[in-house]
Amino acid sequence: MDSALIPKGVKRCPFGLFLVWIGILQIPFLIGVIAYLVCWGLALNQTYLNNNYPFGLWIAADLGIIALGGGAFFTAFLRYIIKIDELKNIVNFATVIGVMCYAAALGILAVDIGQPLRGWHIFWHANVHSMLTEVAFCISCYFTVLLIEYLPLVLENREINKFGFPRSFAHHLHEAMPAIAAIGVFLSFFHQGSLGGVPSVLYGRPFAYREGFLVWPWTFFLFILSAMACGPCFTILITRITETFAKKQLVKRNVIDILAKISGWLLGGYLVLKIIDTISWGVSLAPSVGAPAGSFYANQPYGWWVLITEVGILGIIPCIILLSTRARQNQPLLILACLLNCAGIFMNRWIMSVQTLAVPVMSFDKFFSYHPNWAEWASTLMWVWLSAIVISISYRYLPIFPQEKELNPL
Amino acid sequence: MFPFIFDWVSDASHFVFMGTLYAVMGLLVIALHYCGIRAFFDWLCKKGQHEH
Amino acid sequence: MKEEHGHRPGKKTYKYGMVIDLDKCTGCGACMVACMAENNISFRKDETNKLVSNFWMRVYKITNGRSFPDTDVCYIPRPCMHCEGHGHHHHTPCVSVCPACATDYDHETGIVSQIYTRCFGCRYCMAACPYHARVFNWWDPSWPKGMEKYLSPDVSPRMRGVVEKCTFCHHRLQRARNKTYSEGRREIREDEYQTACTQACPAGAITFGDLKNPEHKVHKLVEEGKKKKIAFRLLEKLGTNPKVYYVSTKDWVQKAADVYLGEEGKPVTHA
Repeated sequence: MDSALIPKGVKRCPFGLFLVWIGILQIPFLIGVIAYLVCWGLALNQTYLNNNYPFGLWIAADLGIIALGGGAFFTAFLRYIIKIDELKNIVNFATVIGVMCYAAALGILAVDIGQPLRGWHIFWHANVHSMLTEVAFCISCYFTVLLIEYLPLVLENREINKFGFPRSFAHHLHEAMPAIAAIGVFLSFFHQGSLGGVPSVLYGRPFAYREGFLVWPWTFFLFILSAMACGPCFTILITRITETFAKKQLVKRNVIDILAKISGWLLGGYLVLKIIDTISWGVSLAPSVGAPAGSFYANQPYGWWVLITEVGILGIIPCIILLSTRARQNQPLLILACLLNCAGIFMNRWIMSVQTLAVPVMSFDKFFSYHPNWAEWASTLMWVWLSAIVISISYRYLPIFPQEKELNPL
Repeated sequence: MFPFIFDWVSDASHFVFMGTLYAVMGLLVIALHYCGIRAFFDWLCKKGQHEH
Repeated sequence: MKEEHGHRPGKKTYKYGMVIDLDKCTGCGACMVACMAENNISFRKDETNKLVSNFWMRVYKITNGRSFPDTDVCYIPRPCMHCEGHGHHHHTPCVSVCPACATDYDHETGIVSQIYTRCFGCRYCMAACPYHARVFNWWDPSWPKGMEKYLSPDVSPRMRGVVEKCTFCHHRLQRARNKTYSEGRREIREDEYQTACTQACPAGAITFGDLKNPEHKVHKLVEEGKKKKIAFRLLEKLGTNPKVYYVSTKDWVQKAADVYLGEEGKPVTHA
């Protein structure tokens, strides 16, 4: 039925089956839409957020999703600026993933703020000294860059590409891509870093506060590095999930291996700096405000296990796997490493946003626990389902994987 | 965001921050227009060739 | 931003602040009630969950953690600290992070205020404040039927989805300014600008005024307290530089003002 739209030389599942798949994804997606409407209509009392936890799942997810979406800018950086040519076989897919990650980040912010209709105030009345302003400007600009990077893929659809103007436009966009990618890299460095600055400029919160270089706290640089380390792993993970559903190989293993290896080295570098940062915080910054480092880990569920899990299980283990050639080429191990790496980033972002608020600062302040409720979960996960829908449609109708024909001859 | 908005201050931070923002936005707009215009002329040339 | 350009050279500046004598405070909560009535703070039928309650002034009860007969209790009223922050630009924790300039440090008075119609509810300022002085409007504001007639016309009620906080009854300052101007004076007298909580405290534990003015009682109390080493501020080590001072002769109360000093595995004490 839709065979005219499917790229030449590749096989896709029957249209009916595809519709069933999209239909299934729409069910949890619609639950997310209901959660959005409930939060917008009845206000944020519909969540478990409160005055002690003004930031919760939404902000942690935002920070995490943007780090995972870092695969788009970093792959583009390696492909167009460092000129690792093999990565042309995965950069398109990294862009699609990036588009959805950033759409999710903006979409989640739209429900997180108390007055969504005033969201434009962040631009209009911008406080240039606030990390959040820098984040908002850079994310919006970078989302535009990602859409521009995604545009030629859409224009290369078989039917659209028949027309002269879209074909030529896509061609010229491809030519301009290194320049556009460079702008994207510039923006990404700043907003990934600024996200690290969001909790770390809060000098009233000694758990997250860090000193740094000029206006940027040390976590500014840690966040950039960690996004570069986990973004490619997320791209690998989603590629492998797509391959599982498509029941065929879409990208050659050497391409995946390059990304995994780079990711491993960056993760290693990040972990070294993270450990130095944590130790220096523990021995100098925390005691300087009158609290031993242990007091910040005194309240369950945020005990020492949090730090050990984040750095050890979700950091050092995937790093070792990714750095070892033999382990990396073992596919189940590679998937495990990617999963651990991505989970580690999410955990780090949760710690930096939610645990920061969980730790009582005043001695007579009580510790309260927080967990998200259904509305927060549904509205956050809605973006997972929407992303699955967009990726499914993009995979079906757009030439995203250049190696697909070669790997799967008809 | 603009100098005419209440609370705008003409200081170094504003010039650096907003200057970078407008430079980035400008570059993106220029890149898109450049590609669009070139594609339009390609299309015009090809259309002309077909008509001849 | 305002915090940088708000200061006009040559213009006389004030530093409004508070001294709360914790030895006098009985924990009656009159300051909280007065604050709610004065500032049109809305409330709901069921206020069981204090984490979503709306308080500008909150009274904490702390104990020395000892058992009878050594047990001792102290009440700590906690308004907004109106932090001066550090540095020339008054790098106040909340003002410096607000992305939309919706919270402002007034260089003339030292008052940190909130611009409700500009705030879009990102709650970054709440995360920045270690005193929990900022609260969010989780609900639409509402009052029992008929009570809206008793609302103060000088204070705008806040809409849902925005952050609000103690303003040191800023509208009273405006009123005092109008009065002085109409009487052809320049200086506001100490008794002309007092916050609602100060006036409501039956024990006289709260004193309000210009910390810079040697004629004002707050100035004297701070100087005296510093000499006797009984004056302190909450979380002083963080460098937030609050304008609310506390006075207590009790050593354990002074220690409780510091950053949490608990040990690993032990619950937060005193609460």
